[in-house]
Amino acid sequence: MDITIKSLGEIQIVELVGDIDASTAPEITKQVSDLVKPHSRLLLDMTQVPYMSSAGLRTLLSLYRQITTKEGKMVLVGLNEELIDTMSVTGFLDFFISKSSQEEGLASLA
Amino acid sequence: MERIDIHPTHAYGNFKLRLGRPQPFGASIVPGGVNFSIFSSYATSCTLVLFKKHAKEPLAEIPFPDEFRIGNVYCMVVFELDYEDLEYGYRMAGPNNFQLGHWFDPSKILLDPYAKIIGGRDVWGTPPDWDDCYHHRGRIAFDDFDWGSDRALEIPPEDQIIYEMHVRSFTRHDSSRIKENHRGTFAGIRDKIPYLRELGVNAVELMPVYEFDEFENSRPNPQTEETLYNYWGYSTVGFFAPKAGYAATGKFGMQVDELKNLVKELHKNGIEVILDVVFNHTAEGNERGPTISFRGIDNKTYYMMTPEGYYFNFSGCGNTLNCNNPIVRNIVLDCLRYWAAEYHIDGFRFDLASILGRDPLGYPLANPPLLESLAFDPILARCKLIAEAWDAGGLYQVGSFPAYGRWAEWNGKYRDGIRKFLKGDGTVGAMAQCLQGSPDLYEWSGRAPATSINFITAHDGFTLMDLVSYNHKHNEANGENDNDGSNDNDSWNCGWEGATDDVGINALRRRQIKNAIAMLMVSQGVPMLLMGDEFGRTQNGNNNTYCHDNELSWLDWSLQSQNADILEFVKHTIAFRHAHPVLRNSWHFQNRDYVGSGYADITWHGTKAWQADWSATNRAIAFMLCGKHAKGGTVEDNYIYVAMNMHWQTLWFEIPRLPTSMHWHIFANTGAAIPSYAPSTEPPLDRESGLLVGDRSVVILVGK
Repeated sequence: MDITIKSLGEIQIVELVGDIDASTAPEITKQVSDLVKPHSRLLLDMTQVPYMSSAGLRTLLSLYRQITTKEGKMVLVGLNEELIDTMSVTGFLDFFISKSSQEEGLASLA
Repeated sequence: MERIDIHPTHAYGNFKLRLGRPQPFGASIVPGGVNFSIFSSYATSCTLVLFKKHAKEPLAEIPFPDEFRIGNVYCMVVFELDYEDLEYGYRMAGPNNFQLGHWFDPSKILLDPYAKIIGGRDVWGTPPDWDDCYHHRGRIAFDDFDWGSDRALEIPPEDQIIYEMHVRSFTRHDSSRIKENHRGTFAGIRDKIPYLRELGVNAVELMPVYEFDEFENSRPNPQTEETLYNYWGYSTVGFFAPKAGYAATGKFGMQVDELKNLVKELHKNGIEVILDVVFNHTAEGNERGPTISFRGIDNKTYYMMTPEGYYFNFSGCGNTLNCNNPIVRNIVLDCLRYWAAEYHIDGFRFDLASILGRDPLGYPLANPPLLESLAFDPILARCKLIAEAWDAGGLYQVGSFPAYGRWAEWNGKYRDGIRKFLKGDGTVGAMAQCLQGSPDLYEWSGRAPATSINFITAHDGFTLMDLVSYNHKHNEANGENDNDGSNDNDSWNCGWEGATDDVGINALRRRQIKNAIAMLMVSQGVPMLLMGDEFGRTQNGNNNTYCHDNELSWLDWSLQSQNADILEFVKHTIAFRHAHPVLRNSWHFQNRDYVGSGYADITWHGTKAWQADWSATNRAIAFMLCGKHAKGGTVEDNYIYVAMNMHWQTLWFEIPRLPTSMHWHIFANTGAAIPSYAPSTEPPLDRESGLLVGDRSVVILVGK
């Protein structure tokens, strides 16, 4: 799992590369949780995440809960079709704003 | 401050351990690890067996140290496990003595009865590796679903309209036109929520969704060589785990979230979820059956045994769960609490529930502890509890099931009464009871009309289309020489056995279907509709399709257009029921005017108003409900008049006079070119003194 964090103005962009499962999720939680401050705005680029396990989905939802508690906002970008389907039927998708590209994602956070 | 129980005290190889907690039973995620807890009354030792997901051979076998046994419970925390990628089971050592009922065999790896996810049949129909040392594998569930503000809907029972469905059959057919990977799954039901809403039902009753093995007793169909399965799933492998093969995400092990999300979405749309639960027996069968779980853990506790060491078979399925043993009673209670609390399930329908009232030797108990515990349980307090009030051992308790003011019943007598009247047997007396919520069965013991789950068809038996198309069952495709399935169907083929081009017969069949639906929807009690009956689903005369994963079972959605008239009639009558509280009373009729309207709450009529003919050969009856008595006089509704002519001749019915200022309007006439209207658009009746009711037709009028 590669995690790259960039800042664009007040928005943090997190690019994830690799599967998110029980073995990689703790690292994401650790690095991304540090970014969660009051009113923070976060874009998670999932373009290069082929698969997310149950633990992976929970990691995202946990981040979402942390961010919303602090009145921040989070958007997912570039989810592949299968992930969107899995997240949709298990209910996880309902919590997130999901956009196909970074541009759209940034626009929704602006 | 850090708790000290996050640190191990023991080690076994590379595994770090600590004394666990005996409760909750099963495998639970705790800080730093997983707490494993399992009980056995007779085991002498226990070993935890761990597998990496899907691995053929165990990753480790960790014997429980002596000091990790509390009473009869083995409990241990194992630290630092990758529990998402883990499967677990147990080996139990202990006595092995047939006559004494002990079946311990440490060579077998056993499924935890409390396993919340079960792997091994992850994708429906994928043939298993029969040499696998461990078929049904316990996994660890997160149980942290985000429910938002959802909770059980608590719809008053008399306001319910239940739709009984099989998860796979509902959307497996290509004509369902949903995404291919959703067909036959929980996700598929979610896709069809708009349809269920449009139909108007407000509860779905899912045939068994606890993990079962579709390959149990699977065999080739002698006629076609196609595989016959344990398709319906009335044979539980694990009571706490949803069927993985019913989830589009089962291959990822996410069936728990998928089912919970389905429940949440159904609730959002005002639809309750009732589970059909099978606590009368398990998938382990009789003496020749497989050892999956219970048999190897505590055979003598879990099953009813004869003094000679054989399995009692009150279920007709090989074994009988020992439901009134205190330990088994607790597991049933734990299970239902889990589904109510963790899955927000609204109600349960208990398959062959009479078994739940038998003692360990099979004698019916006057005051069965299990049924009483369920009725008074605080967590289940607002769940619907519905009994199939009979069993395969000859106990038939419709009307007398030990209810504790809580239990409703599948009313088998309603089904028989309506069917007989519908095919023209007369029996108006029995029919009148059916229409009123069966006060003959329930009023004497203080049980409400909603005690009666009214159904004409259910998964067992003919579909409604087949009920009017076949005199006899045609179960040859089941490969049991037509010996299976009920012979007492009270069906009538309308003049020809099976499909026909005869226009007259087909018209009569459609009318009979509408007659049946009309009777169901104007009866007091809780109507239950069988999946597909709303648009003429057929099983080609097979009245027991328990083994067919094919077009015999799957709902063909293209029938929607072919039988659009039936579908529209069903939608209208459901909407009519929702619109009229007088059809949904919470208490029985009193046959008198107790609100001063000048009319009794219910009055009976015949071809002459105010004169019902109760003679045995009469086939025509009518009744009127006074709208001012709706819900016991607490709400105001229209007057409703229903005339049923099951005679082969058209009859003139004189209609009772309404209070001045009100007029009769025609909502339904199954014998007319327009058989029904959308509620509130009913046209007025031309001549209010009476009307012709065609042969085998039902007319419903609304007075407003």
